[in-house]
Amino acid sequence: MSPAGLAAIAFTAVAAAVALGTLIAAKFLAVRAREVPPTQGLTYECGEEPDGLAWVRFHPRYYVVALVFVVFDVEAAFLLPWALNIEGGGLVVMVEMFVFLGILLLGWAYAVRKGALTWQ
Amino acid sequence: MILGNPWVHGGVVGFVVVNFLMVTFAWSVWFERKFAGRMQNRPGPTEVGPFGLLQPIADLLKLLQKQDIVPDGADRALFNLAPPIGAILILASAAALPFGPGLVAADLDVGVLFALSITSLMVIPVWMAGWASNNKYALLGAMRAAAQAVSFEVPLLLSAMVPIVLAGSFSIADIVAAQSGYAWFALWPPGPGLVAFVLFFLTSLAEANRIPFDIPEAESELVAGVTTEYTGMKFGLFYLAEYVHTLVASLLATVLFLGGWEGPFVDGPHWMIAKALGLYAFIFWVRWTLLRYRADQFMALCWKVLVPTSLATLVAAALWKHLS
Repeated sequence: MSPAGLAAIAFTAVAAAVALGTLIAAKFLAVRAREVPPTQGLTYECGEEPDGLAWVRFHPRYYVVALVFVVFDVEAAFLLPWALNIEGGGLVVMVEMFVFLGILLLGWAYAVRKGALTWQ
Repeated sequence: MILGNPWVHGGVVGFVVVNFLMVTFAWSVWFERKFAGRMQNRPGPTEVGPFGLLQPIADLLKLLQKQDIVPDGADRALFNLAPPIGAILILASAAALPFGPGLVAADLDVGVLFALSITSLMVIPVWMAGWASNNKYALLGAMRAAAQAVSFEVPLLLSAMVPIVLAGSFSIADIVAAQSGYAWFALWPPGPGLVAFVLFFLTSLAEANRIPFDIPEAESELVAGVTTEYTGMKFGLFYLAEYVHTLVASLLATVLFLGGWEGPFVDGPHWMIAKALGLYAFIFWVRWTLLRYRADQFMALCWKVLVPTSLATLVAAALWKHLS
């Protein structure tokens, strides 16, 4: 690994020491209830007793958004190397990417038209 | 590299930068409370120390002493791991940020990608916290936060690509060098640079979960969102992650669009920090002025306005680069 990569790992180790250090300090300093009240572990629902688990079914619109995101994220993976080579690549490279973006925009227009990105 | 050994260099510079981030975080909370107080015609914190200046220390001591409660039925491992993962990721994302010529912990060739990819991982601890809490509000907040984070990721990446196109490099030092002589990308080329700067700033607010995009917390609809069940220092680490994320986003916007450490008189880290803190204070101003977007509104804003605008900006920047 390059020296910069090693330095980034050392930096992350410092960050980890800070974050974990505060948690360990809290472990020793935090107070603890002598007698655990029966309601201590209840989740908060504005005073009502919680009914059932929180892990319920969700609207599929989240799934559709994730799908569209994957399309654009993969596109970004193609765009990044292109972004470096605009000067060296010349007109052909640039126009090719514009055609790719145009095809992608058609897909985007289809998703918008179908209401995939419209929440109610 | 200032110090010969990469491990020593990364550790020492990391210690300085992480301390800078933590101290700025602590006293920016004081500043924000004073600022918000003045905006709402009240004094803000006044009791602890002169002008309430020791308030962050009092807050830290309070957070350290709070009882640590894990709710019944929670996924204990995920619940305990989420806050430290968030804090570590967001502090580590500053590793490739240079504060001046050569003043950088890790001078990576792909510094921009490093910072963007690590900050984009911040959705994972938020999601972990919401899922593990066994709280309906927390899970609602986490679902919306995930949807928001992945959506705004697209215009964020596309607008960050404008400086990459203009400078022709992923290295932050090269991008700052390409803006020397006050050819800051926010000003020059006229048009795409400024639009990209505004887009980057807006989407960074959304990625850092700040108002008007504070969907995971949304305290008026979801109690406290994903942090509802967290107590003490674990809650504190979430708080830290949010503020440091905002600060890192301001620093990134400074190097990508505002010429980094360039300024009148003497170039140096002081200009870099001054510009970033200006943006950071602007975010507080926004927070105490605007309202929160509704879930359907931010999806429409992101996918129907920001994504096509950022694509058009990128195309304009590429054409500019090709023609000049």
